[in-house]
Amino acid sequence: MAEAKNIRELVDVVRSKNAGPYELTFDLIFKSFEIYEQVKKSGVINEELIAQLYGIDLEQVISVINYDPAKAIKATIVRPYSSGAIGERDVYGAQQHAPLLNIEVPIQ
Amino acid sequence: MKEIRVLSPTAILGYGFPVESFERGLDKEPDLIAVDAGSSDPGPYYLGAGVSFTDKTAVKRDLKLMIKAGQEKDIPVIVGTAGGAGAASHLEWCTEIVEEIAQEEDLSFKLATIQAEQEQEFILEKFQAGQISPLYPAPELTEKELKSSTRIVGQMGVEPFIEALDQEAEVIIAGRAYDPTVFASFCIREGLPAGLALHMGKIMECASIAANPGSGSDAMFGILRDDHFLLEPLNPKRRCTTTSVAAHTLYEKTNPTKLPGPGGVIDLSETEFEQYDERTVKVSGSKFVAADEYTIKLEGAKQVGYRTVSIAGTRDPIMIEQLDHIIEVVKETVEDNFVDLAADDYHLLFRIYGRDGVMGNLEPEQEVSGHEVGIIIEVVAKSQELANTICSFARSTMLHYGYPGRVATAGNLAFPYSPSDLKAGEVYEFNVHHLIKVDDPTELFPVQIEEVGETIG
Repeated sequence: MAEAKNIRELVDVVRSKNAGPYELTFDLIFKSFEIYEQVKKSGVINEELIAQLYGIDLEQVISVINYDPAKAIKATIVRPYSSGAIGERDVYGAQQHAPLLNIEVPIQ
Repeated sequence: MKEIRVLSPTAILGYGFPVESFERGLDKEPDLIAVDAGSSDPGPYYLGAGVSFTDKTAVKRDLKLMIKAGQEKDIPVIVGTAGGAGAASHLEWCTEIVEEIAQEEDLSFKLATIQAEQEQEFILEKFQAGQISPLYPAPELTEKELKSSTRIVGQMGVEPFIEALDQEAEVIIAGRAYDPTVFASFCIREGLPAGLALHMGKIMECASIAANPGSGSDAMFGILRDDHFLLEPLNPKRRCTTTSVAAHTLYEKTNPTKLPGPGGVIDLSETEFEQYDERTVKVSGSKFVAADEYTIKLEGAKQVGYRTVSIAGTRDPIMIEQLDHIIEVVKETVEDNFVDLAADDYHLLFRIYGRDGVMGNLEPEQEVSGHEVGIIIEVVAKSQELANTICSFARSTMLHYGYPGRVATAGNLAFPYSPSDLKAGEVYEFNVHHLIKVDDPTELFPVQIEEVGETIG
């Protein structure tokens, strides 16, 4: 039976960071290849989920990519403001990850 | 088997490194010591204002150890993105440090400096000729926007470094450079494959960040061969693992398998990471795919005004409930009081920490759940005087506004400082993040050679 688990139980790393001054990228690195494969197979982490978690339009989500060698899922969005622009809030983009910590994934 | 051995002391020149790690690297007989000195991460101010985000004393400490070791071992020392942003003033700042070191340590060597700052006129001509295109999601350029730039730099590829090495430079201080090039240029010149050289450079420019535990201020050693490279952190308490190295490949990138750079793309779709020994990872399969047209990334910043901020807090639950209303009233009062000002003469912002101070519109939880909030009143205006004026007026209005339901009538804000308003000076924004087509990869990056430390007369 698959049971919904909070992402915090499944990952070693959840982080956000600039990918250049105009993009914000999120990395979720899973605890094991087994967990990663299950999360990947579940398809829970996709562009729609990222758009919903951050309250943005789907076209603002640039990509969601599974990266097997690092047992990681990477999502990238358009920055609401370029880094350091007037009204911007996080020059390095390193504190935009918190909504990801609420993701629930069905795991065996 | 041909191999090139590379020592990367630290992730950013000036971030430091333990001398023991560095010496362990020297014992391994490196062919090259190289370091990346910059990043666009600290934001547009440093490029725009032409100042370094790293400290001079710290940069000099790192560079002195590197140059002395390079001279003793008779191997080149390469620094990319000097001064943090790599414009002319940054390069000059770093070159002065090199000259001080030469003088103080009684060293003489051949120094190459490579400029990366671009003339606005030249960029305008290229723009008019259709040679400049935006890098998504940066906006389209206009001539007006280009003319408003304070500084524009190009991110050089390996070719200008190779030119400097061909002229027997012993120390190379380069302006804005694509991060991996400081390592890859030497290796490519020695005939090793570009894909592996650039991928190794991509990892080594962050020094030991790719190790476990990771650190940006500790050294990494790399050995590049014809069909793979090896990475070993130089501090025995760290190790490289296949996941620590693979995970680093994700860092600050949109797509971990396609890394676009000057002249082409590093293709990591067939890259393999193997545990070579307890602390060393072997990487193979990375390829460089040359583009049909050679493009260089341009970065520019423009000044958008001057900033004054006032930092305060409130502990009053009635005030916290009324915050949106209070902010609206303060904004309207400022507008009414300064009717002669145009809408774009100033920006007045209120940052509410405890609500959405960190995430703004991306914040899913828009309600205050704590018992206090931090407030930053911020003004960016066309002059420092105007920023001071608006900030002062907004601050006093917010302090004394009698909002509905108020019971604490002595003042609405707690200020931690006197003076309450802090002048933050010039404000810049990135305004160029574009690709420029070039016929020759070295044309934007003139190399200048000089003898440093030679006694005159």
